[in-house]
Amino acid sequence: MTGLPVFLRGIAVICEKNMRLYYTKPPVLMFGVLFPLFMFLAFFVGRNLDLLTFFPGFLAMMLFFTSSSVGPLITPWEKREKTYERLLSYPVTQDSIIFGDIVAGAIFGVGISLLVWLASILFLPVVVINPGLFGLAFVLGTLAFSALGVLLASPASNSPPNVMIFSNLIRFPLIFMSGIFIPLSQMQGPGLILAYCSPLTYLVDLFNAAVSGTSVFAPLVDGGVLLAVTIVFILVARLIQVRNLTKGL
Amino acid sequence: MNALEIEHLVKRFGAVTAVNDISLTVESGEIFGFLGPNGAGKTTTIRLITGVLTPDAGTARIQGIDIHDHPIEAKMQMGVIPESSTVYGDLSAEQNLHLSGKMYGMPRSQRDQRVEELLSRMGLSERRRSPVRTFSKGMKQRVSIACAIFHRPRVLFLDEPTSGLDVQSRRLVIDTIHKMNEEGSTIFLTTHNIEEANTLCRTVCIINKGMVVAQDSPERLKKMFETTQSVEVSFSRAVPKTLFAGEGILRVEPCGDKWRVYTDDPDRVVKYLVSRAERESLGITSLTMSGPSLEEAFVHLTECP
Repeated sequence: MTGLPVFLRGIAVICEKNMRLYYTKPPVLMFGVLFPLFMFLAFFVGRNLDLLTFFPGFLAMMLFFTSSSVGPLITPWEKREKTYERLLSYPVTQDSIIFGDIVAGAIFGVGISLLVWLASILFLPVVVINPGLFGLAFVLGTLAFSALGVLLASPASNSPPNVMIFSNLIRFPLIFMSGIFIPLSQMQGPGLILAYCSPLTYLVDLFNAAVSGTSVFAPLVDGGVLLAVTIVFILVARLIQVRNLTKGL
Repeated sequence: MNALEIEHLVKRFGAVTAVNDISLTVESGEIFGFLGPNGAGKTTTIRLITGVLTPDAGTARIQGIDIHDHPIEAKMQMGVIPESSTVYGDLSAEQNLHLSGKMYGMPRSQRDQRVEELLSRMGLSERRRSPVRTFSKGMKQRVSIACAIFHRPRVLFLDEPTSGLDVQSRRLVIDTIHKMNEEGSTIFLTTHNIEEANTLCRTVCIINKGMVVAQDSPERLKKMFETTQSVEVSFSRAVPKTLFAGEGILRVEPCGDKWRVYTDDPDRVVKYLVSRAERESLGITSLTMSGPSLEEAFVHLTECP
């Protein structure tokens, strides 16, 4: 049995292994769950802001952090624990390993973000006017940022703390330039140009479209950008991981 | 069909050539020893053969399947036990084994049966549900071996499998190697333990600086260095080194409570030692003649010029 069935089996087995092993690791819980929650508390609570206006941004931030927190940990952790070499000796392709990591990150992102959304609607009168678009935003967002997480794990390191620090260096600036704290419609000049460069901007915009029906870009553009960056992240992660395959073993 | 065929394998890391044009063949069903000093290129060669690394030149075929052209098919034929124990510490022994079975696409019923069999064989049944991180080094190695042989591979690669193990775990590993070989698996064994290679392997390949320097049966390799035979003798009381100033004695070394006398004519040296002991009223506690050892052949073949 070769080809697609083996590829898919590899993704499923690696994803299951990742879910079992990495969802409860302290760095994932810290940077994937607690950190966005604290960010929310720090920026939104007690500041007399319209939480409904900022809800799509908050949900996007949650999804961004949760989805991108599993990926950076897996490869460095496996290299440090010396399990990566055995993984490479199994009949799975490098692509199965990468996609298995992405899917595990995406499921974590969807799971936690859905919980946050469900908890939020208990306290906020959030109405999603386009549930289909809302679901699409969830899927595209988790895939894009889970792929970003795997890309961030690509440097040749067997030190999870180093990779987590590196990944936070990339992730933190993105939340400040993506229309989460300042709506995209109120941005101008260099801030707006930077916002256009951030993939998170398009997820915030897509959530805005789904929740309130107002968005800067057409949903097709937002979705297209998220899909495109997902592909770019996967291709670059693949390129770097293949080059660094045995570094740190 | 040969179990393993390697042709002109080359791997460079920058300016360093770690594997330099290695070619070798391993027959089906044999236990093949792959020896070399630290940094000789053993682990790199295993990584090239098992598809972890891509060679700069050359080919490696497992059961006739090229590992780099058809990696999945080739990997289905083999099991790998890397140098350090490589199992998931947060999973139990049972979960690690199931994970291996899933990687090879084995259905649940087959996996359950094989898990029971291997846990029992490896003496891990009682700790089956404990996280592997709580195991001793020997127990971890047993889990690692069980994972590698889970799918009954045709070729088993072992990289220093007994390194740092206690006697019981070491024996279990050796027994497992024998059992796998009896069941038809070809064994490719990398080891620093020359005695282990001597007793286990039918063919031994010695590499140095990324190149094969010798490949033959242990006995034939020893015979290549036949001149270095020795006689080990111990007396009832301590004797000075000057006692061994006889004809035919090439070199003398203290060896614990014994003396090792190197010679090209052991019969003559034994006669000399017996007559000298009589003259000095010494009792001979032990006297053994040793042929050339594989270790000597190894040292000779891998020593720096």
